[in-house]
Formats: sequence, C-alpha cells, structure tokens
Amino acid sequence: MENVEKEPLFSAKYKKLITNPLGLDNPITVQVLGICSALAVTVKMKPAIVMAISVTVVVALSNMIIAFMRKAIPGRIRIIVQLVVIAALVIIVDQFLKAFAFDVSKQLSVFVGLIITNCIIMGRLEAFAMSNDPWPSFLDGIGNGAGYGLILIIVSFFREFLGSGSIMGYPVMEKLGLYNFGYEDNGFMILPPMALITVGLIIWVQRSRNKSLQETK
Amino acid sequence: MNFLLKRMKKIEPLFEKGGRFEKLHSVYDGFATFLFVPDKVTTRGAHIRDHMDMKRTMTVVILALMPALLFGSYNIGLQHTRAFGIVDWTLIQMFWFGFLKLLPLIIVSYMVGLGIEFVAAQIRGHEINEGYLVTGMLIPLIMPIDVPLWMLAVSVAFAVIIGKEIFGGTGMNILNPALTARAFLFFSYPGWMTGDKVWIEGLMSGGGLDGFSGETPLALAKMDGFDQMPSAMEMFIGTIPGSAGETSTAAILIGAFILLLTGVGSWRIMLSMTLGALGMGLLLNATGGNEYTQMPAYYHLIMGGFAFGTVFMATDPVSAAQTNTGKYIYGALAGILVVIIRVFNPAYPEGTMLAILLMNVFAPLIDHYVVNANIRRRLKRVQRA
Repeated sequence: MENVEKEPLFSAKYKKLITNPLGLDNPITVQVLGICSALAVTVKMKPAIVMAISVTVVVALSNMIIAFMRKAIPGRIRIIVQLVVIAALVIIVDQFLKAFAFDVSKQLSVFVGLIITNCIIMGRLEAFAMSNDPWPSFLDGIGNGAGYGLILIIVSFFREFLGSGSIMGYPVMEKLGLYNFGYEDNGFMILPPMALITVGLIIWVQRSRNKSLQETK
Repeated sequence: MNFLLKRMKKIEPLFEKGGRFEKLHSVYDGFATFLFVPDKVTTRGAHIRDHMDMKRTMTVVILALMPALLFGSYNIGLQHTRAFGIVDWTLIQMFWFGFLKLLPLIIVSYMVGLGIEFVAAQIRGHEINEGYLVTGMLIPLIMPIDVPLWMLAVSVAFAVIIGKEIFGGTGMNILNPALTARAFLFFSYPGWMTGDKVWIEGLMSGGGLDGFSGETPLALAKMDGFDQMPSAMEMFIGTIPGSAGETSTAAILIGAFILLLTGVGSWRIMLSMTLGALGMGLLLNATGGNEYTQMPAYYHLIMGGFAFGTVFMATDPVSAAQTNTGKYIYGALAGILVVIIRVFNPAYPEGTMLAILLMNVFAPLIDHYVVNANIRRRLKRVQRA
C-alpha cells in the first residue's frame, strides 16, 4: 500500500470511463447488449427515461458494491453473489418506483424486475467491477447506464413522435394541426419491430461516421 | 433515333472521369443503356452475352402486368358505379375513371422509388439498376385505390431503403420490396388497408349507397358470409372489390402465360405454390374445424391476392429460392401458409403477403440445405466409386 498513486477523482482516464460508453463503446449499438428491454420500454419517452435512470442506478451501485467485495468473493460462486447484489438493488428500485411513480411503474410492469437479467449489468460486473476499484467501477456503471439510457431515449423519442404524435406526452402533432391535413400516426412505430429497425438505423449512422467501428475485410 | 444517339454520344465525355458531371455518370449510363443496347465490346477472351439482360427481363414483367393493370382500371370504375348506384356509364368511361385514379399511385411510386435508387446509385458509384421498374409497377397494383399518396410515398421509401438499399441494392434484398411496402402500410396505417370501405374508390371519403357493403370475398368468407360471396366465375373474371391488380385471376393468367413463355417467371414456384394451396385447402375440407374450412378448396386460388402473389411476387428471382428443388419446397410451403393464415388467423383475412414474406426469409435456408444435400449425395457417389 505504499506505492499507490493517488489519482484525481475525475482524471482523464476516469472521464473516459464515462464518455466511452456514450459513443464508441456503447452497450447497445456497439456491444449489442440489453436489446430486449430496448425494444420493450421505448414506445413512450417517459417510461424509457425512468428505465434508463433505474438501470444506471443499478449498474453503478452494483458495480461499486461488487468492487468493494471482489477480493472476498470466491471465484466459483461469484455469479450467485453478483446476482444477489443486483437482485437486492432491483427490488429497491422497484419498490421506490411503486411508491413514487406508480403510473410509470405500471407501464414498465415486468421490465423493472427483468433488469436483473439485463446483460449489460452482468457484463459490467464480470468485465470491470471484478478487477477494478470501487470508484472507477462506479464511474463505469454510470457511463454504461448513461450509454444505454441515451439510446433508449433516442429510440423512444422517434417511436413516440412518429407513433403517437407526441413528445413526453405532449401532443405535438395535434398542436401543429397536422391531423387536419390528413396526417396519421404510424402504427408500425409502436410495434417492437420498429424499435429494432430504429436501433439498426442508429448503428448504421454511428458506424458510417466512425471508421474504427467498421470491420476490415 | 440516330439524332438522339448522336446527341448522347456528344455529351458523353462530360460524364466520363474528369468531365464536368463526373458524379452523375451513373445517371447518364442509366439513360443511355435504357435507350440503346450497350455497344461495349469485350476485348479479351470469349464472353457469351445474352440480349436477355435485366432491362429486357424487367420489360417482359411489365408487359405481363399490363392485362392486370388494364382490367384493374376498368374494375375500379365498375366497383365505383356499383357502390354509388351509377347506371349510365359506358365501359370506356369506367376504364378511364379507374385509370385516372390509378395513375397518381403509379407516378408517386415511381418518383419516390426511382429517386431513391438514383441517389443510392450516385453514392455507391454503381450503375442505376432496373430493379425498381417492376417494383414500382407492382406497388400501385397491390394497394387500396383510395390510399393517401403521402402514405404510399412513405411506404415506398421504407421498402426501397430498409428493404433493399441497406442490403446492397437490387439483387441483394432478402424480402420482396413491393410486398415490404405493402406490409409497412398494412402495419402502419391499418385503417387504410383493411375493412369494407378501402377497396372501392370514393367510399373512404364518404358517400356511396346506403347499406352498400364493399367487403372483399375474403372478408365475407372470414365472417362466414358464404351466401353473400360472389360466384366463382365472378371472382375468376375479377369484378369484385379488391386492390387494382389482384382481383382478376383471368388477367393474371394472361400475364403468367407471358412470363412462362419467355422463361422469365419460374414455373416451378407457380406450380408448387398452386398445388400447395390447393392441397392444404383439400386437407382442410376433409378435416373440418371451423365453417371456413368447408369452403371449396379452389376458391382459395381465385380469391384475394393469391393469383397475383403467386405469379408476380413469389417468383421474384431475387427473394425466392434459387435452387430448383428449393423452388418446389419454397412454393409449396408458401401456398400452404397462405391457406393456413387465411383460415385460422382471426386478425388477417388475407394471407398471401405474409406467407410470401415469411418464405422469402426462409429461402436462403432452404437453398442452403438443398445445396448441402447435393454435395453429400455427390460425395457418397465419389466414395463408392
């Protein structure tokens, strides 16, 4: 414990832990994890935002807790230990939502509980928290949760705007008076396939703008 | 023509490398090869060239679509007179009325689709493909006549970009683009794609005789309204409500004859799909289940979009199975699926579109196993020898 170099709390290296998952290491568009919930909760923006925050909280805290305990966890049962930590946090989040945001909680229904099975969380615990200190693990969790949330919010924006004609529940299309001109909401945007296609389009844009993401033939 | 050729030759250098309009080379190339047979001569080695290139193939399909298009125009007028109680229209009047209603759909379909094709070709630096010529004609023929033009434009754009261009353009698409456009419209704006009003011109915007019902025979069959169904002859000739191209089995058969005669359409797919649907229909007749299953099996062949789908959609050389054995399997399964979806799915009266799209997805898998089986068979023969 003598040659530990004290790194500043937000050094360049630590900042990268947050910014990387937002772009070039995005959990959804680059690692292609957590797709199922991205399809399920992005019909409207409000549940998507709540889901994004919930996942961020769970990833960040479970990352930190596991990073604290990592040296005490026997290798063979580490998955179970990780699951216990995640499950406990998810239950707390679920109860919190039920208490303070019941409507949204009802819309998200089973998907809050299913955060436990979100591959992003297990992936971060295995790949990062098990071999890093609590503070960077916490930042990594925040970063990945935000990267996941960013895509969720973009997808849900398009799905709500084109599928229901509103943004955050505010009826934009109606206020613009477009319905009078024969405009109609696109019912397909509300169905899950369109979420997949929207995610695909985001991946398309991202990859065509970043050479480093394209495979060399 | 000579004058035109000289003009084209004169402006050609502008579009070559280094010319002023270098970027628009594919546009020039597209127009030049559209007007004239390419004069490119191979300099080395022997190459067999066939005049039956993609442009000629596409032209034959367009030609084969003409009977359905012409009859469809007449039928739009006919259905309109029936719904509005008009009695004094002549045949020409009905045809002209329908043709003028159909024309905007065709124009929008071509403008949007070809526009995207041109842009995509410029971006890739490819030649402009003729693939859209047929798709652009198929789309208006499988749409309800009253569909708003902007919806048509959106669905065409979706089909061309998501269904075709992102896979690499003509020849690389997994799904039939025309059916993709229809499926998109079907799921996006179901109010304009189903029901008893959309299939006859003018009913969506109100009007029509009191108590007039414009259901297609499929919808009637679905609701057990068998006694109100038109006669088999009427359905075969096509004087029934429906989208422009699909109603007349007779006109489609003329098109099928052209396709088969020129070898453009695959008889294997047409035959196996017809037999598949007929077989499934007979099986349902024998087993029973609900009232729908008791409808004569051959009705399935003349109702709804089955004939049109079989002749023009399922035989799409890109999205269908490529191997000969695969074509039999692909066609038969598509035919069986059409009948299953029609009879057993309560949500959709028509199954042709979904059946063909589903089989499009499975076509590469079918080919994969057919090819592998062939390899195994030949390996065995080698080992035995």
